[in-house]
Amino acid sequence: MKKGFKTEIKIDEASSPRLNGYNFAYLDEGTKRMIRRALLKAIAIPGYQVSFGSREMPLPYGWGTGGIQVTASLIGPDDTLKVIDQGSDDTTNAVSIRRFFTLTTGVKTTEKTSVATLIQTRHRIPETPLRPGQIIVYQVPIPEPLRFLEPRETETRRMHALSEYGIMSIKLYEDISIHGRIATAYNYPVLVNERYVMSPSPIPKFDNPKMDRNPALQLFGAGREKRIYAVPPYTRVKSLDFEDYPFRVERGEQSCALCGSRESFLDEIITDDRGTRLFACSDTDYCQRRHTEGQRGSFSGMPLLAAKRLQREA
Amino acid sequence: MVWEDRPLLRALKVTKYFGKRVGCCDVSFDLWPGEVLGIVGESGSGKTTLLQCLSGHWVPSSGRVYYGEGTNGLADIYELPEPRRRYLMRTEWGFVHQNPREGLRLRVSAGANVGERLMALGFRHYGGIRADVLNWFHRVEIDRDRVDDFPTTFSGGMLQRLQIARNLITKPRLTFMDEPTGGLDVSVQARLLDLLKGLVSELSLSVVIVTHDLAVVRLIAHRLLVMQQGKVVESGLTDQVLDDPQHPYTQLLVSSVIQA
Amino acid sequence: MYVAVKGGEKAILNAHQLLGEKRRGDLSVPELTVKQIENQLSLAVGRVMTEGSLYDPELGALAIKQSSGDLVEAIFLLRAYRTTLTRLGVSLPIDTSRMTLRRRISATFKDLPGGQILGPTYDYTHRLLDFSLISESGKGQSHRREDTSSVPIMEDVPRVATLLNQEGLIETEEPDEEDRQVGDLTRQPVQIPASRDIRLQNLARGDEGFLLSLAYSTQRGFGKNHPFAGEIRLGEVAVEIVPEELGFAIEIGEIEVTECQMVNQFKGSSNQPPQFTRGYGLTFGHCERKAMAMALVDRSLRGRELEEMVDAPAQDEEFVLSHSDNIEASGFVEHLKLPHYVDFQAELALVRALWDQATKRGNEEEQESEEGI
Repeated sequence: MKKGFKTEIKIDEASSPRLNGYNFAYLDEGTKRMIRRALLKAIAIPGYQVSFGSREMPLPYGWGTGGIQVTASLIGPDDTLKVIDQGSDDTTNAVSIRRFFTLTTGVKTTEKTSVATLIQTRHRIPETPLRPGQIIVYQVPIPEPLRFLEPRETETRRMHALSEYGIMSIKLYEDISIHGRIATAYNYPVLVNERYVMSPSPIPKFDNPKMDRNPALQLFGAGREKRIYAVPPYTRVKSLDFEDYPFRVERGEQSCALCGSRESFLDEIITDDRGTRLFACSDTDYCQRRHTEGQRGSFSGMPLLAAKRLQREA
Repeated sequence: MVWEDRPLLRALKVTKYFGKRVGCCDVSFDLWPGEVLGIVGESGSGKTTLLQCLSGHWVPSSGRVYYGEGTNGLADIYELPEPRRRYLMRTEWGFVHQNPREGLRLRVSAGANVGERLMALGFRHYGGIRADVLNWFHRVEIDRDRVDDFPTTFSGGMLQRLQIARNLITKPRLTFMDEPTGGLDVSVQARLLDLLKGLVSELSLSVVIVTHDLAVVRLIAHRLLVMQQGKVVESGLTDQVLDDPQHPYTQLLVSSVIQA
Repeated sequence: MYVAVKGGEKAILNAHQLLGEKRRGDLSVPELTVKQIENQLSLAVGRVMTEGSLYDPELGALAIKQSSGDLVEAIFLLRAYRTTLTRLGVSLPIDTSRMTLRRRISATFKDLPGGQILGPTYDYTHRLLDFSLISESGKGQSHRREDTSSVPIMEDVPRVATLLNQEGLIETEEPDEEDRQVGDLTRQPVQIPASRDIRLQNLARGDEGFLLSLAYSTQRGFGKNHPFAGEIRLGEVAVEIVPEELGFAIEIGEIEVTECQMVNQFKGSSNQPPQFTRGYGLTFGHCERKAMAMALVDRSLRGRELEEMVDAPAQDEEFVLSHSDNIEASGFVEHLKLPHYVDFQAELALVRALWDQATKRGNEEEQESEEGI
């Protein structure tokens, strides 16, 4: 048992509207240090899963505690935080997590990807390209890419250590022999820095290319499974494939009904009980920006609440 | 560069105890490229224990096992770093289990089973891998239509042939076989033996084969070790040992009609 | 007309409000007090403390009130609170042989030093609903038995294990090397294979239902343990620390614990004659079922160490330790309620593409056969 302990570092309480009795960003400084050490190790070995002493948080496991702990260990009073889930800032869990950080840090928050210094995300990478100096934190449910092929942690650890990824190739081979193509739509495994096979988290495969040589620092937190991993800026990230069945992102023929984009990932929305469908950008900030710039989709007229929102921001 | 002046495999006084019980004791021999060495004896003679020690699965209690790897001369396989040893076990060595279910992935298609070692070696062309796999299906006489079926739908003989294809597709320099024809129908055995004999000669395989069936070694082994209660009691060229056995135990083996 | 979905923040605030109202219930009914829960639902409080890894009956009761009686939610509250607490030190191990006994039974001997004391147990009650409990007329029982709670029955009652040990019939549990630190699974991630201290910590916090089922399975043939309840004790023990400045132990308080020692099938090996083996369970408060289940699973997980055939789920260390934590389990199971529509969209696209492919192939084959190829 370690003797003695560091006292908490208190940020000037008066200057920020945060919860009394809790340290800045909820975690004690010792825990933040422990997480940052794990992060440094992860960055030094791109794609390698580092174990860390994940703490119980006030949000449930499976709801982003890994991402929250990573963000909490990095966030400082000068940061600007963006939190998204399914690409949108307004989904319930993104709201809940953003509130958590507002309450425990008082730090500025934003919906604009271009302005954020720290972005926590679940299941999407923003459409707006990231810049050097930005950090994106992914929430990860199952950090082990081999998990569904081999349930035992003892075995998968060895496979990574010895670069024994045959079992993954088999899975891809089988997909092609059964379906004629690789049948993974999200959480598509990647090879990082030509060494470790990694789970990119359940982002759609559409987003995988954004990870390759991204100028931002990409961090991954899995709270329940107690793992952290990282992809440093400008690192090679390659989606697994075969030479004659290369990884490809298929673009549909749809475009965003609101802003007209053909390049972004679209949510499919059923608008009436006859099955009428409409497609809209999953990345709400991206869509909003285009809309503001005058880009329009096929949908005539501006959505009611989106108009109200623009009014508010004006 | 071919090193012809060093053996492919050397066993030096290999000994394995289980508590007080002797598995095998003081076994030494050299195996040269292109040779097939048969190890015979009845159940409990220690031959399977010996095979496990030779193939990197069980650490001997004493003695050493050397393998002629790369261009480095002989290396003690248990002194090699684990990643290197496991790599050898996946690529340069083959192991055919007596029970083919132990040597196959049952939840994965037959084709994937055979192609796995290629993929482990870094082959990444699906079409090429598949062609190779189908070629091997043909060689081991399994209907090509079965390539996407699961091994659970295969007969015992087919499973064994599948296991053999899975091992030999990367043309391993050294192959260990543990009673490869055990548990099969007599006629199926005969067919399998024929196949093995053909492959061994066609590919110049080096093999260590363990069996209690003298007919098997008569057909494919160049040399023999006869084991009894953990020790080698006689060794020599197959025909010599079988036609003119010196040790009483060998004589017993040869003369009696020992049931499988 | 389609409108972009907005207003998540407001929805959450409204939900919290509704929750508060539901928790309080009918305003004409008196509000439940934390004190009432602490006193009258003590077994629930015990479970919450045990799985919450925090001994504080009042906080346990508060958590139960706040969570409307959902014990897993209550445990979550305690766990989250625990994270924020500063570690002041580590106590000495509690000495359950110096317990103020409320209950002490052993199934292995008819009688033994210290006697069999039933204590407050549901064991021999007839499970008949007592409708008299519905009326609130009684302000508790009108009379109580002579207050025995302050009279310790017997201190220093020897453990059954100690008695068996006198004949050398039961394995001794030796502490590890002096300088080996006890692990703490709330601070470091669990590595498999795990040492026994970590395993026991994991089981102590583990879900009672999960451990109960696993324990049950070992009795029904999934793994063979042949257990006997060597001893079950309930009572208070002192918590002591050794402050650096003093150099000797001082008592800082008392906690109520339940301890179970199971005595299991005798083993022997080539080096050792047969001895009985042990399983251990310990809980805060009176959580007997959990302590017993824990002891059975503990013994079961020692299979490898004791050179047994390991093939039953309750012997599978990785399986048991990875799935015993109900906070992790409920978090992940319930996270399925979160939006997953982006991944679902990706899957939809894939399935549609595969259908198209299959239909096209089907049409081609039909065409070919029609054309007589």
